[in-house]
Amino acid sequence: MTGRFVRIAALVALIALGSAAFAQAIDPLPFRDHAEELRFQHLTSQLRCLVCQDEDLADSNADFARDIRHKVFELMQQGKSDAQIKQYLVDRYSDFVLYDPPVNGRTWLLWFGPLLILIAGGVVVVNTIRKRGRAGTPTAPTDNGDDW
Amino acid sequence: MTRLVPFFGFALLAVLLGFGIWWNSAHDPTAVPSPLINKPAPAYVLPKLDDPARMVSKESMLGKPYLVNVFASWCFACGEEHPVLMAESKSFGIPVIGYDYKDDPNDAKTWLTQHGNPYDTVIADQSGHTAIDFGVYGAPETFLIDGKGVIRYKRIGPLTPDVIEQQLKPAIEALQKEAP
Repeated sequence: MTGRFVRIAALVALIALGSAAFAQAIDPLPFRDHAEELRFQHLTSQLRCLVCQDEDLADSNADFARDIRHKVFELMQQGKSDAQIKQYLVDRYSDFVLYDPPVNGRTWLLWFGPLLILIAGGVVVVNTIRKRGRAGTPTAPTDNGDDW
Repeated sequence: MTRLVPFFGFALLAVLLGFGIWWNSAHDPTAVPSPLINKPAPAYVLPKLDDPARMVSKESMLGKPYLVNVFASWCFACGEEHPVLMAESKSFGIPVIGYDYKDDPNDAKTWLTQHGNPYDTVIADQSGHTAIDFGVYGAPETFLIDGKGVIRYKRIGPLTPDVIEQQLKPAIEALQKEAP
């Protein structure tokens, strides 16, 4: 029983070690401190890898994503702000690199469409309730089967 | 009349669904629109593939329109595009620059020897740094740059005979008409 436990524990430790080593090996960059590394991770997780479009830059193994990560790192070393780095990439790859689409003329429907639908639904509900209120009893026998 | 409301609701949803299906099949949803169209091409200085001591730059290419075709020996779709370029590149009437992207120079040379060289000049961007300025994220991609160094057209993905006839050639003709 203990032998089995030891084996399982060893396996778990091995997997944990392996994935930690992998996380390091994907892209070892010479960060000055942990805060800079966190900022880098945060920034690259908001950016899309254009080759593998359902992955963010932070997690992607694609060669292209590595190049862009290095570029982001380089711009960080130059003292650029997060906004400046994002703008640098947007200038070259359009808003598509951002996972969070900016509010502008082309995206207003995306941002406010759900609100419009909610309002439209609210209007329908209010109207229906008012109509039923005026009709008196809600389950009026005058209902001709039109109770969808 | 109220009986018909659900039907109209359903019809509206069906139209919306139909539009979505049509829209997604009518364009490539993974193609990223280039924000660089009608903007000056980025400054670049890159060595020639066959003679790395000689550089080609944006300045050295000013004056006449030209095409930049991003390719690589490791790129599968470039192999599909290649025969089309071999057949058509001379009919464009403007220089075609091969842009060897993140490639081993020897692999690229071997590839061009094996499959033929449709390019007037081949430049090599081994690191891929300049390609970031061009907004390149894969190969093949093709840029049409005018005599003033402005990007006028970009194709993401292989050039096909249809794309060449319907998009590229009209774009080149339009450029040549506006040139004095």
